[in-house]
Amino acid sequence: MTMMKKLHLGVAALAVSATGAIAQEVEVLHWWTSGGEAAALNVLREDLSGGGIGWTDMPVAGGGGSDAMTVLRARVTAGDPPTAVQMLGFAIQDWAAEGALANLDELAAEQGWDEVVPEALQAFSTYDGHWVAAPVNVHSTNWVWANTALMEELGIEQPTTWDEFVAAMQTAQDAGYTALAHGGQAWQDATIFDSMVMGVGGPEFYQAAMVDLDPEALGSEQMVEAFDRMATLRGFVDDNFSGRDWNLASAMVINGEALFQIMGDWAKGEFVNAGLTAGEEFQCFRVPGTEGTVTFNSDQFAMFNVDDESDQESQLAMASAVMSPEFQIAFNLVKGSAPARTDIDPSSFDACGQAAIADLAAAGESGNLFGSMAHGHANPPSIQNAMYDVITAHFNGEFDSATAAEEMVTAVELAQ
Amino acid sequence: MAATDPMLDSGADFRTRLQNWLPKIVLAPSFAVMVIFVYGFIAFTIYLSFTDSRMLPSYDLVGWQNYERLFRVRQWDTALVNLGIFAGLYIVISTIIGLLLAIFLDQKIRGEGFLRPIFLYPMALSFIVTGTAWKWILDPAIGLEVTMQRWGWESFQFDWIKDSEMAIYTIVIAAVWQSSGFVMAMFLAGLRGIDNEILKAAQMDGASNFQMYRRIILPQLRPAFLSAFVILSHLAIKSYDLVVAMTDGGPGTSTWLPALFMYEYTFTRNQMGIGASSAVIMLMTIAAIMVPYLYAELREQK
Amino acid sequence: MAIASSDNAIRSNKVARTFIYLFLLLFALFYLMPLGIMLVNSLKPLSEITAGGMIAMPNEWTIEPWLSAWSTAQIGVQPTGLRPYFINSIAMAVPAVAISTVAGALNGYVLTKWHFRGATWVFGLLLFSCFIPFQIVLIPMARILGLLEIAGTTYGLILVHVVYGIGFSTLYFRNYYAAFPTELVRAAQIDGAGFFQIFWRIMLPSSGPIIAVCCIWQFTNIWNDFLFGASFASGDAAPMTVALNNLVNSSTGERPYNVHFAGAIMAAAPTLLVYIVAGRYFVRGLMAGSVKG
Repeated sequence: MTMMKKLHLGVAALAVSATGAIAQEVEVLHWWTSGGEAAALNVLREDLSGGGIGWTDMPVAGGGGSDAMTVLRARVTAGDPPTAVQMLGFAIQDWAAEGALANLDELAAEQGWDEVVPEALQAFSTYDGHWVAAPVNVHSTNWVWANTALMEELGIEQPTTWDEFVAAMQTAQDAGYTALAHGGQAWQDATIFDSMVMGVGGPEFYQAAMVDLDPEALGSEQMVEAFDRMATLRGFVDDNFSGRDWNLASAMVINGEALFQIMGDWAKGEFVNAGLTAGEEFQCFRVPGTEGTVTFNSDQFAMFNVDDESDQESQLAMASAVMSPEFQIAFNLVKGSAPARTDIDPSSFDACGQAAIADLAAAGESGNLFGSMAHGHANPPSIQNAMYDVITAHFNGEFDSATAAEEMVTAVELAQ
Repeated sequence: MAATDPMLDSGADFRTRLQNWLPKIVLAPSFAVMVIFVYGFIAFTIYLSFTDSRMLPSYDLVGWQNYERLFRVRQWDTALVNLGIFAGLYIVISTIIGLLLAIFLDQKIRGEGFLRPIFLYPMALSFIVTGTAWKWILDPAIGLEVTMQRWGWESFQFDWIKDSEMAIYTIVIAAVWQSSGFVMAMFLAGLRGIDNEILKAAQMDGASNFQMYRRIILPQLRPAFLSAFVILSHLAIKSYDLVVAMTDGGPGTSTWLPALFMYEYTFTRNQMGIGASSAVIMLMTIAAIMVPYLYAELREQK
Repeated sequence: MAIASSDNAIRSNKVARTFIYLFLLLFALFYLMPLGIMLVNSLKPLSEITAGGMIAMPNEWTIEPWLSAWSTAQIGVQPTGLRPYFINSIAMAVPAVAISTVAGALNGYVLTKWHFRGATWVFGLLLFSCFIPFQIVLIPMARILGLLEIAGTTYGLILVHVVYGIGFSTLYFRNYYAAFPTELVRAAQIDGAGFFQIFWRIMLPSSGPIIAVCCIWQFTNIWNDFLFGASFASGDAAPMTVALNNLVNSSTGERPYNVHFAGAIMAAAPTLLVYIVAGRYFVRGLMAGSVKG
């Protein structure tokens, strides 16, 4: 009884507050909650508030956005989607397929998004030829981060081939250092695996195995070789790698305990925060064997269907602000990634940032820009996670390489 | 329908009749809420498990396909085996430790008022709060292992959390840490409720301590054992944030539990149909354990 | 009771007692360890933690992390700290605990003292509902909250917690009232006392211990819930656990562990307080009935 009464009061109170609100507003669901990220996002919030648009913040961190996606599902099921949602890759396509996303074509045409956003990215920002999301950044995931002082001490030159890479790590291991700083979490294992597949088979093989999911490619000799390389890397990580957060792995390189880390460009922030300068105290280079290609993931703001006209206006204002060069620069300087637009002046970025922007433009031109499997940009989440299971199991010694390649075929089949 | 009110007869006026109906009216909201929000949702989940739902619920039936797939997925086997290991050890160890602590605390211990909240407090904390601390303690590079070695116990080794064979046992340790104090409280309450006259009589008869506990005290604690079993098995089956906070299912997929499996497939992997079928299997397992227990308990108490 | 129970004590010698004390102290250490580590690390500068001394005592003590977690840490786009979410959690937990406890008390009263045919079934069904895995209710619950137009609000969250709290609160009160002499109720009935009068005058005054147990249990569960809080009330209405998760689980970017620990202890403070202050009532309440079938 009491409950019912409370409920009624609650609904009544809500109705009053809803009619009271006239101001324009965007409600944004995201998982950028670390200090730097949130500060970067605040740039966007202030941009909008300058135009009289309020910002209702809905941060849900955890699991690389998977908790946020759960919340999103609850919100959409309740019939009350947020205005804009931070999203990765295939999630955008899935929501667009459900008919839940708004159409941004008019704004995109007006501002010429088609010309400035690389095609590989557009594949995710558009559905059925219509713009549904505004890309914020491009993270490339095939980077090696290295401690310069340690390289000099051990007399290691920047490796350019797989064999040199292995030799360099051997040197470090023999000298008593951890050769490869790594955290044994599924997504970290998979991040390395992306580069191994690319390094072994090149772009065509990556496309066939990771994107087209061709069973022959998945079970091929090249896949076995990629797993062999994973096993080689497994020999260079320390005993305590399992479960380690990636930033603690970065700290090992920063502190000079470890030589290399293979990680996406968000790792740069850790080095910079520790007072190190790109190109001087620490180095960044592409994973040997993957030069000329870029595996990426891209954060985008997917815009949901909202009924109210003033909400639609503020939604478009937000999309426009996200795509503005000023925001793209301000945000990506903090985040360590490259802007999603290719027409940005790179001069304010550091050495690694400039390299990333140049690589991205070149890879975009030559068609060597690929979505990262590890970060949900090569295949849908069900398949991505099925691959994770196999990669992680192999990395932890449950399978040998040949079995892993076979398991890959089965796992992908089951997940389809 | 028949109320037990003795005043129910043909001459009952409105007030009396209202009094007869009141108990049911009072119970009705809870009953309605339960039928909708628990059994309605269970029915919905069973339905979903026969559909091709992926990201959002879909209503196209596909027969037993989700169940067939479920049992071909390797992690589901892992999750089931893990649940067996985890629930078994967790319930048994928590019960033993809880019982020992309760018996010892019941020995006119000085500082009981100080110790009791220490044993009890972990139940107050969620693993979102303590997860990082546990990860650190169990991590051999920064936690217990290295600390012991630094203190001079050079050969000390404790790296279970990094070992896919052993990691599930570290989950048991943390889970036991969380709830054994709570079990202690239940046993302590049971011990304090035992009639002292019986014990005195037994002592007169020359029963040894051990005999006294085995023959007289433990049998009297039967209700406490049952309550502990219900609460612990309910916690074991629902264990989710514990695993997420400590290992996130790793190393590899070696610490997956069914609750994690269900969440992963339903929400992360967009395979809601398979997620729903795993939920149905879980519910059936729970029912298989709980229904006989409830039946026996409720019949007895009538 | 506590005095009477001393007769349970083993007739013991010094060795046995020393062993008992050692055993208890050892376990006290085991139980305190995680909290101790959190506390110690929340009082250190971050540089000491990342340099490797995670279990050592701080060289330099600081309360900076605590201030930061409370009022300046970044939870979303604005550096609000945990403070506003603390209030949300209170606004959610207090009514939810109150409503589910009252409902549980009434249910327990009806089920034991106004026995009707099928009462056992109703109770069995209620009890089984304690075991439902919360993951499966997310989507249908969201739909219903949407239909009621209370999705994303504290009211919605209160409703959810009440719904899934009733099973346990009914269990506690039913077991407690089962031991309560039915003759008293019948006598009052013959004297002409009505349903609510009996509840109010006879049952409630002797329900103190079980109310304590039920409130502690419900408060702990509701305060610590993350899944429902994140799904049904994120944003401005988010409870403390969701905010704490945002603080602790940020994906990419720096991780100030000392601030994380300070925030975690803060988030846990109310439940800790409840256990420490009300812990003794807890054992007393359990003793008074709920574990006695």
